[in-house]
Amino acid sequence: MPTTYTPIATTTLGSNTGTVTFSSISGTYTDLVLITNVSGNDGAICIRFNSDTGSNYSNTGLRGNGTSASSTRATNFSYIAGTSNLSVTAGSLQTAIWNIQNYSNTTTNKTVLFRDGMATHITGATVGLWRNTAAITSVSLSPEFGANVFYTGSTFTLYGVKSA
Amino acid sequence: MPDTFIKIASVTVGSGGAANIDLTSIPSTYTDLVLKVSARTSASTVNGWQSGALTFNGSTSGYSGILLAGRGDLSPVSITSSASNIEFAFYSSDAGSTGNTFANNEIYIPNYAGSNNKSISSDIAEENNAARALAGLCAGLWSNSAAINRITLTPNGGSFVQYSTATLYGIKNS
Repeated sequence: MPTTYTPIATTTLGSNTGTVTFSSISGTYTDLVLITNVSGNDGAICIRFNSDTGSNYSNTGLRGNGTSASSTRATNFSYIAGTSNLSVTAGSLQTAIWNIQNYSNTTTNKTVLFRDGMATHITGATVGLWRNTAAITSVSLSPEFGANVFYTGSTFTLYGVKSA
Repeated sequence: MPDTFIKIASVTVGSGGAANIDLTSIPSTYTDLVLKVSARTSASTVNGWQSGALTFNGSTSGYSGILLAGRGDLSPVSITSSASNIEFAFYSSDAGSTGNTFANNEIYIPNYAGSNNKSISSDIAEENNAARALAGLCAGLWSNSAAINRITLTPNGGSFVQYSTATLYGIKNS
């Protein structure tokens, strides 16, 4: 019986950091699951694949801020963004669960489905598309808007899931 | 290589029902917790579902939460939680919903034994083939640096009925 949720790599920040990258991801799993538990100074958490910074991403999001529900959409973007700004309340943590199915095939564009939320600000779900059929070998996470950072203590863990 | 999704505890409510489900003596040996809840309550509401509260370590302060929910024939809604618990961490089918139907919930709790504040992410599904059902997301926070060693689930109306279940799993990151 295959082991599920096999840890691939984990990072706990010892200092404020702008970008966290998981590289050299093996193609031996079926799906990837990424768990992030972070705080930062500004911006939403963003994801890119294989260091692609081109306008090859799009996403549709659903979010609630405690008062109302709304939906967002972005096309031809240089990343896929989450729903909550990292900086809203001191001591508040954003938890996100990212599901990246069939990440290692070379025939389909890659999709990611994730939920993220910060209890004092917003909760939501987003589906994102990376228009590239290459196998995903690296995943990079950073806050939006250039010089922003994840704070010390933020954690990022990547798991592999096998279908058989 | 470590195993993941290791079962820590499992509760099935008996014929007498239960006012709450209380998971105690949770070891600190894992990285994250996943709590899967299948629930129905004895209360009856106009909507067919009942929200449920979560607390950690018996504490009744320091909580916050946001719910986003789609409700079928009602407009989507987003509301905030009280400070005494995470008020919408899970949902139950209620006594007025389709028989033999239980809501499904998954609650993810990362870094539960660490020294930071504790956050949760809940997925909620209450489907009963009626005009009104609920699909929801909840983000919750307990502003407390203590390691979580106890989780208590309480319906916000009525009691858990027989066959409601809660199973707690541990996940290690290495």
